[in-house]
Amino acid sequence: MAEQKRAVALISGGLDSMLAAKVILDQGIHVEGVNFFTGFCVEGHTHAIRKKKQQNPKRNNALWVAEQLGIKLHIVDVIEEYKDVLLNPKHGYGQNLNPCLDCKIFMVKKAQAWSFMQDNGFDFIITGEVIGQRPKSQRKETMPIIARESGVEDRLLRPLCAQHLPPTLPEREGWIDREKLFDFHGRNRKPQIALALQLGFTDWSQPAGGCCFLTDEQYSNKLTDLWQARGSREYELDDIMLLKVGRHIRPQPHYKLIVGREEGENKYLEGYKNTFISIKTTSHMGPLALIDGAPTTQDIEFACQIVGRYSQGRDAADLVYEVRFPDGETKPITTTALPIDALDPSWHV
Amino acid sequence: MPVIKAQDLIKTLQPGDVLTLVATDPGTLQDIPSWTRVHGHSLELAAEQNDEYHFRIIVR
Repeated sequence: MAEQKRAVALISGGLDSMLAAKVILDQGIHVEGVNFFTGFCVEGHTHAIRKKKQQNPKRNNALWVAEQLGIKLHIVDVIEEYKDVLLNPKHGYGQNLNPCLDCKIFMVKKAQAWSFMQDNGFDFIITGEVIGQRPKSQRKETMPIIARESGVEDRLLRPLCAQHLPPTLPEREGWIDREKLFDFHGRNRKPQIALALQLGFTDWSQPAGGCCFLTDEQYSNKLTDLWQARGSREYELDDIMLLKVGRHIRPQPHYKLIVGREEGENKYLEGYKNTFISIKTTSHMGPLALIDGAPTTQDIEFACQIVGRYSQGRDAADLVYEVRFPDGETKPITTTALPIDALDPSWHV
Repeated sequence: MPVIKAQDLIKTLQPGDVLTLVATDPGTLQDIPSWTRVHGHSLELAAEQNDEYHFRIIVR
């Protein structure tokens, strides 16, 4: 009996990667998934922060997909290595700050590196790419670039659009029946949905704009603002996680406020009270806010007034705030909330 | 991140070992049980207590 071939599938949690893995599983291949955690993933824990979004499942879709497929999923932390991809993309940016082509090359390369580290090794790599699906990274011209620059070459198989591409090693060697692969192309999702239904799936995730915050204009603006304020295009995980949470208000170049928008965000921000100065109204219900930067005493008082604007005491004569410093010291401040016409819209990042 | 931390820790453990995990991320209530099912480990406890999420996993 021939040895069972083994494939690594890049699993984002979306429909395409789920279908690609399923199509290969159904050809008798042993498939395991990898999912790379860059810090910019829409998946991960941020989906669980805001109560407002509770109508959506709180699940991690990559894990959910693995469960549906009955495969193992290995989540790999690539936060540090990904910085160079984001900061120095050889092929430039796609939508907003998304270095999409470099990102795909990086992930395929990492999948191969990961597979080399496993006991039994893997024979090839599969992705859910579809020609024409993404204007920057998923084009007919970029497919060979990804295969070549990742070093994976013809061990990279795209089951959903394979019939538009030259046969890969798994097809030429007969590990995979090319006739059972697909010729999907373009942005039309109907063929994928039809295939999903045919394969028995009734549920799948289709995050708007893909699975990466870097495709989001507002998020990219916040990241650009962070770099400008620091005079450096560096970041740590906490920086980029906090950009996903709260209102970001920068009244002065040297400091900004991150104001929780609801209970879930306030709880999340609580976790940073030992890192940042935090402000909370104690006389009225209101949000928790962090101050990022180097505010003066006057700035802190002004920041309190901004926080008051988002509290239930916005129209009160006086509000009492508790300012807490990272070392645990607290200071009460009494002042009014900022009048609505004094809150400059341009401060909103 | 809690899932990645659990995953990396479990790689250092032997079958039958027990991993106790305490997290503050509410998403873990979904993700840790899902991850243990995917990898065939036994989840003996998944509970919320005072905004903390407690898990007890037996490595398989």
